[in-house]
Amino acid sequence: MIIAERKPIDEIMAMLTGVKRLLLIGCKGCVTVCSAGGEREVEILASLIRLGRKKEGEPIEIIEAALTRQCDKEYVDAIDQWDGQYDAIMSMACGVGVNFIANLRPVATVFPAVNTTSFGGSQLQGVWTEQCAGCGNCILHLTGGLCPVARCAKSLMNGPCGGSQDGKCEINPEVPCIWQHIHDRLHRLNKGASLTAIMPIRDWSTAGHGGPRKTVRDDLTL
Amino acid sequence: MSDFTPDIRAFVCHYTSQQSCAAGAEGMVTDGFPANVRLARQVCTGKLKVSTLLAAFEDGADGVYVVGCPADTCHNAMGSQRAAKRVLAVKKALSELGVEPERIEMFHLERGLHPEFIATAQQMDTRIRALGAGPFKGETA
Ligand code: SF4
Ligand code: SF4
Repeated sequence: MIIAERKPIDEIMAMLTGVKRLLLIGCKGCVTVCSAGGEREVEILASLIRLGRKKEGEPIEIIEAALTRQCDKEYVDAIDQWDGQYDAIMSMACGVGVNFIANLRPVATVFPAVNTTSFGGSQLQGVWTEQCAGCGNCILHLTGGLCPVARCAKSLMNGPCGGSQDGKCEINPEVPCIWQHIHDRLHRLNKGASLTAIMPIRDWSTAGHGGPRKTVRDDLTL
Repeated sequence: MSDFTPDIRAFVCHYTSQQSCAAGAEGMVTDGFPANVRLARQVCTGKLKVSTLLAAFEDGADGVYVVGCPADTCHNAMGSQRAAKRVLAVKKALSELGVEPERIEMFHLERGLHPEFIATAQQMDTRIRALGAGPFKGETA
């Protein structure tokens, strides 16, 4: 899923300067699962914004809602029901959601309430770690299922580098060296020999270096 | 502000408040429980939501506190530990808003300790009186 975390309150309050009626919308997708922007977080943030505004002596009205998803036009259209009732929208979805609202509502002011951090999973309760970088050309079949693009600090294709020590990355002793893990794992699976093959220099155009990416499925388009 | 009487909300678990509540509202006040502390009994403090604690401030509370079982012997295993984390989250949020985090507190008490239950209320009352009125009253900055 997409992992996000709420922005600092002062940053949020600064965005809302002058806004008297706010539509605060969460998303029931990824950000609900990672507890960043679901219904519960909407309730909490709305309360904090109201408290912050009361403290400043500038009360604010907030409509609280959560859409099924904010990355689908059909769900974003639900925003129409609040037409005329807000000065600005604050989205607690990932950046995709904020962009979708901006794409679909040309004259609405929309602000992000969260920082979108990664594609990851819940490692432990309350801890999420990045697992994939959406590079557009997956090589997990070559690396034992562990991603060097997202999980190697240098996105090396033929690691590890000289900074790998005791299975940890040189950027931080808390960070595992994923190339050490790839080596260990491939050997465990009797596929260690495959590591002698040098991976060629990568074409990063699929990873966004060729501009924004677009997926078209002719079998699905209308 | 010597005549300031703070509005304090206490969210207390069924077990830690049992003996005190058995004394009845009048009995508690006789025993020294401050009349300006409003009790909201919970089946377990672990059920408390961050938004419920914040709503108390929105509703005009100057101070809020939670009383649950001792962290390692909670009647419902981890309830009071969860409550303590939520109180911490509110402390952090209050700090972010530039408000004294001491306006909210978590207390862990053994079951049935009547004098200590009263003492936590008195402690919060003294603390909030010293801090003065909360900043969330609305109109004035
Ligand atoms: S808008 Fe973002 S957070 Fe919500 S479902 Fe879509 S991808 Fe996930
Ligand atoms: S190789 Fe690319 S697509 Fe595959 S997991 Fe890594 S970043 Fe994601």
